[in-house]
Amino acid sequence: MNPTIKQEEKHKDYTTLNLGPTHPATHGIFQNVLTMDGEIIVNSEPTIGYIHRAFEKLAEHKPFYQVTPLTDRMNYCSSPINNMGWHMTVEKLLKAELPPRVEYMRIVIMELARISDHIVCNSVIGVDTGAMTGFLYVFTWREFIYEIYEDICGARLTTNIGRIGGFERDFSEIVWRKIDKFLEEFPAQLKEFENLLMRNRIFMDRTIACGPISAERALAYSFSGPNLRAAGVDYDVRVMNPYSAYKEFDFDIPIGTQGDTYDRFMVRQEEMWQSMSIIRQALEKLKKLEDKTSFHADLPSFYLPPKEDVYNDMEALIYHFKIVMGETDVPKGEVYHCVEGGNGELGFYLISDGGRQPFRLHFRRPCFIYYQAYKEMIKGSYLSDAILTMSSMNVIAGELDA
Amino acid sequence: MEKPTIEEIINALSEKFGSGIFEWNREYDFHIATVDKQIWVQIFRFLYENEKFRFRYLTTLCGVHYPDAPQPFCLVGQVHSLEHNLRLRFKTFSNEHHVEFDSLTGVFPAANWMERETYDFYGYRFHGHPDLKRILNVDDMDYFPMRKEYPVEDRTRYDKDDTMFGRKRSDFDRKTLMEKK
Repeated sequence: MNPTIKQEEKHKDYTTLNLGPTHPATHGIFQNVLTMDGEIIVNSEPTIGYIHRAFEKLAEHKPFYQVTPLTDRMNYCSSPINNMGWHMTVEKLLKAELPPRVEYMRIVIMELARISDHIVCNSVIGVDTGAMTGFLYVFTWREFIYEIYEDICGARLTTNIGRIGGFERDFSEIVWRKIDKFLEEFPAQLKEFENLLMRNRIFMDRTIACGPISAERALAYSFSGPNLRAAGVDYDVRVMNPYSAYKEFDFDIPIGTQGDTYDRFMVRQEEMWQSMSIIRQALEKLKKLEDKTSFHADLPSFYLPPKEDVYNDMEALIYHFKIVMGETDVPKGEVYHCVEGGNGELGFYLISDGGRQPFRLHFRRPCFIYYQAYKEMIKGSYLSDAILTMSSMNVIAGELDA
Repeated sequence: MEKPTIEEIINALSEKFGSGIFEWNREYDFHIATVDKQIWVQIFRFLYENEKFRFRYLTTLCGVHYPDAPQPFCLVGQVHSLEHNLRLRFKTFSNEHHVEFDSLTGVFPAANWMERETYDFYGYRFHGHPDLKRILNVDDMDYFPMRKEYPVEDRTRYDKDDTMFGRKRSDFDRKTLMEKK
């Protein structure tokens, strides 16, 4: 908590400690070779790449719609945001217009994903400080969100939700009912979770001033998302470069002041409340819309025709075949599209040469960029605080390594 | 603070760097400048230090390989001015055998890992980088996998000889491909 040693002294014996690659406390595959003076970290050397899966290279060899499952596997705590971010990138390249109903449906799902992402991060901060109970309470609701995904697309973790241009099918009645149930019952549970931790003396002692970073350093390291906002910079892609229909929504961007673990926890906590308000607004807007049926844009070369037509109609069969084989040409161009992922600015830099696959696709993964500051943030702190710092930064191995 | 127009930025940059900036393009919502690699760092430093523009946030830095272009190795950097909400993209090219660019780590600490990643995948060396080594791939890898000549298939696999479908092993064998080059 109190930084004591700044510089490594030459003639002193330090302990070298391998934290990771597989350590239960790091919640993922991270290796840090720590130089320790007693319990204080003097220096650290992070190694990453243990689950690198060459997504950028693979993406150059896959039709556009087959890139979506790759994006799932980056930040797997909020895969719908990654999926939809990618879909929006391609739609931007195609200059496609989406019906407002699709945009609102997307926003509902993306905000649910944000809530489930923050649930994981915040409850795990609780676990790392020794409070297992809160984690079990809110994980029921993360499970419930996964059930909603399951009802929409059939998958839970690696969702591959939606298509380029919208959704594969309309939400069923069950989905809408479940979303209503979530909005009705989750706030009470979240409140209970907050009561458990927010003003808890032990929790506060453990997290306040633990792993702090100043706004200047955070910006220098290109932080984004809740970690940057906890340091006091109100940068949120949803407000700065509104995508989808976020322009029409009214919500607050919470910011912290210290940039420490407690602030990161609080920012995420408030963002969950804001996300719920966004979902309520979206449902309200959906109710007011005259259009009650459309669930995809008019993009026949990306949107698979209904199965019964494929069996009975030649035109539909041809389209089905062409789409599945990836035989859809796209315009030439260079697009950068970013969305506010669970961890910050998730960007897709796509170069298309007019072919059927991306010529180059670069993922701006917020984790990868801000994890490099970890070394600086844990220098001089206790080992137990370093663990907390990592979990409060929400470093997801899948996103880190692509 | 008044938001500068894109013309102001373009004028200020061309006044400062003159012929170092080859051309300006617009692709979708981005203004893209192709610049001489000699001024790569200076241009970012100028935009960073300029009180009016304040481009102080490095969004992305990555490589692109255009195998058929006269200058095949491209480096792309995007900066963001959070105060004015302006974004710019810069590109620089090289055709050297050992590609080398100047490192941006002096301006943006965040460039550290981004440059390591670019080195890892494209083999660009960054002059002035404090610790340039591979980051995601294994240290003893002897090639740069994101370059276009490297196929996706693993060269150690010999079970994929599907000549029936018009693909011989030499089509994806890295060694043969390198000899062809």
